[in-house]
Amino acid sequence: MKRTRVPPAIGLLAGLGLLLFLLPLAGLIIRAPWNQALGELTDPTTTTALGLSIFCSLTATAIALVLGIPLAMILARTTGTLRNILRALTTLPMVLPPVVGGVALLLAFGRRGIAGSLLYQAFGIQIPFTTAAAVMAETFVAMPFLVIAVEAGLRSLDHRYEEAARSLGAGYWRIFTRVTLPLLRPAIFSGAVLCWARALGEFGATITFAGNFPGRTQTVPIAVYLALETKPEAAITLSLILLVVSVAILVGMRDRWLGAL
Amino acid sequence: MAGSTVTLEASVRVRRDGFTLDVELTAAADETVAVLGPNGAGKTTLLRALAGLDEMEGRVVLDGEVLDDSARGVYVPAERRRAGLVFQDHVLFPHLSAVENVAFGLRAQGRPHAAAIARRWLNEAGLGDRADALPRALSGGQAQRVALLRALATEPKLLLLDEPLSSLDVSIRAEVRRELSRQLASFHGVRLLVTHDPLEAMALADKLVVLEHGLVVQSGTPLDVTARPRSRFVADLAGVNLLRGRAYGDHVALPAEALLAAVDAGSGDVFAVVHPRAVALYRSRPDGTPRNVWRGQVDTVDLEGERVRVRVVGPVPLVAEVTRAAVLELGLIAGASVWMAVKATEVSVYPA
Amino acid sequence: MNRVRFAVAALALVAACGQPSTPSSGPAGTTLTVFAAASLQPAFDKIGAKLLSAQNIATTFSYAGTQTLTTQLTQGAPADVFASADVAHMTTIQSAGLLHSQSVLFAHNRLEIAVAKGNPKGIHTLGDLARSGLVLVLADPSVPAGKYAAQALAKAGVTVHPASLEQQVTGVLSKVALGEADAGIVYVSDIVTSGQVDGVVIPDNQNVIADYPIAVLKSAQNQTGAIAFVDFVLGTEGQSILTAAGFQGV
Repeated sequence: MKRTRVPPAIGLLAGLGLLLFLLPLAGLIIRAPWNQALGELTDPTTTTALGLSIFCSLTATAIALVLGIPLAMILARTTGTLRNILRALTTLPMVLPPVVGGVALLLAFGRRGIAGSLLYQAFGIQIPFTTAAAVMAETFVAMPFLVIAVEAGLRSLDHRYEEAARSLGAGYWRIFTRVTLPLLRPAIFSGAVLCWARALGEFGATITFAGNFPGRTQTVPIAVYLALETKPEAAITLSLILLVVSVAILVGMRDRWLGAL
Repeated sequence: MAGSTVTLEASVRVRRDGFTLDVELTAAADETVAVLGPNGAGKTTLLRALAGLDEMEGRVVLDGEVLDDSARGVYVPAERRRAGLVFQDHVLFPHLSAVENVAFGLRAQGRPHAAAIARRWLNEAGLGDRADALPRALSGGQAQRVALLRALATEPKLLLLDEPLSSLDVSIRAEVRRELSRQLASFHGVRLLVTHDPLEAMALADKLVVLEHGLVVQSGTPLDVTARPRSRFVADLAGVNLLRGRAYGDHVALPAEALLAAVDAGSGDVFAVVHPRAVALYRSRPDGTPRNVWRGQVDTVDLEGERVRVRVVGPVPLVAEVTRAAVLELGLIAGASVWMAVKATEVSVYPA
Repeated sequence: MNRVRFAVAALALVAACGQPSTPSSGPAGTTLTVFAAASLQPAFDKIGAKLLSAQNIATTFSYAGTQTLTTQLTQGAPADVFASADVAHMTTIQSAGLLHSQSVLFAHNRLEIAVAKGNPKGIHTLGDLARSGLVLVLADPSVPAGKYAAQALAKAGVTVHPASLEQQVTGVLSKVALGEADAGIVYVSDIVTSGQVDGVVIPDNQNVIADYPIAVLKSAQNQTGAIAFVDFVLGTEGQSILTAAGFQGV
């Protein structure tokens, strides 16, 4: 064990910070209606919301991977003002209040939206109030986490690996799939986990853009919000379930996949 | 590829941040050309330009194929040149085993049984038992050797090595150098290595090209180059004293109004070489035949076993090589004042 | 021009997410906090302005779905007055012992179908709402308006498939106004004050009468002001403001 002295002030502040995280979680666990929990767990509203949440968040993460990794690659290669502009654009959803994000999505993809109106008039496609809308809302708010993580990973990658691969005759795609992606694995994984966690917890943009309907757009956060007003025990149980699922996956994933090469 | 006639003709110009590289060189097959120069001379720039990784002006022709011709807008990208590259600190793909690293280029070429061929290369080099190890489990020397095999496996026409030994521990350098020398000898394409280590250059090169500040200062066989150094760098390399001045038949006028008596000095701008062994040191002004006698002050004393190199500063700064006994006897320590003497017949003069 | 109206409606949607409106200024110590059902916003904003100019009472309103306000109050949110869109939620507050005095009914409302201007989809009855391909939005059953709408639909014997269940009736209105929904069931008062949608009348035999009670809360910091507010709402001026907004007076 190292013998370092941490100044008391640091310890105190850190302790307060820890309390800020611990107390709410403790409240959740202590006030949970454990005897009713099992009943709540099998309640169709609960299982539907949970299933929908998992489906939407995983789909959103998958989309974020497919679109976000190339975006991160472009970002990592640009410099100067262009890079600052692109960076600001891709991180905007992170700082935008989620409801504002939802409104923006409506204005873009709603039936009267700039893109949505074209889709509606040409193909009769309506995006709001569908599961697709919930997925889009979650992708919108969560993708920046993935992009940032992957971009950071790319910038810290030794560019000589790519040069060595080129000197050995490898073309662009071979380098991308056999060298860049494998070396980016830790960054991609940590980015994907953050993205998935954010998507799972998304509320404001979802309820604004996708609305609320059980089985279609009522994700767990929305279900909790509703239940709080009608059946608080259900709300607490649902919150706990989400907490346990999140913690399980975060802990299970941490070392194995996030370990550096 | 024994007896191949692959040649490299390159005329490379790179301008960057106030630095200009302007080099013309040719290299034939089965010949190791070492580009030697101090750090900042432009060696790596040259290498990267030849590899196709960095922009350059000029023309590069390898085995009759034009790889680069800025005048005509011809440029073959790095991945299509048959030029293998070995980096200073191996740069093996960290997520692939040794055999996978060596097989990488083969797979890129679409060769079947790439892994088997790669394994054969490793076995022949005595690294068969490390074939499945990851780079981080290899020693520095092993990793560098695997990096060389990785480049050789693709059977390139040109092999480029960037300071191949400089990242290795001094204690294993000699052994890896011998390996490298052997491996290079059996590679029949054009071999070009860059280095700042004179020992590396002298040991591996068939032809030496000295690069300083982006320009070629000297080229020739190692022996030629060191016999007639044309720069301080090469002189230090050869371990001789290099002076420059104007010759007037029987003497050379040096800076600081000193005169160096020599034999058949010719006329015009010249280099004058004096071997440290030819410099004698005295505590008082000597009386004798040497025509060249100067005062000076001891700057540093470097012990190299029984031979000691004494650096003397003064109007004619020289390094003298004397015995350890002599150093003790004369009490030669830094700051001590001495007299130097050099026989005119020991001075070798050649045009600058 | 359409775009501008659309954008305005969208911003209204954001504002309708239960945010308190900015308080009218007044002398310190007399600011009143009123929790009111979302459907009351246009009428109560006017009442608040009148109270300020006439009696110098400043009011801060918190508009949201009645169920949201009820939860907030039972969790201890401080307020002086509570105006609910149904009796059930007021009863919850009463059972929680939060009332200062008995609640009083101050208005009634009826339901109406909201459609886009010009009724492009040709909706004329509750039965039309069951048409396939129609995007219908209702308030969640936990909201009074949603509960009433379910009652009306049951009376009419119509089964619908809503696209979304909103948290407050103004959310339903916004979605129709934005053009995202073809129709929604809202209050008559919502359509009267909106101006951005058209209404389709629901016949009396299918319609539901919503009862709005109001009460002064025990936790009222400003009891005199609270009583004055309730009196104004029940008085002639308050009632005429409410009827002008589409409500039926008591």
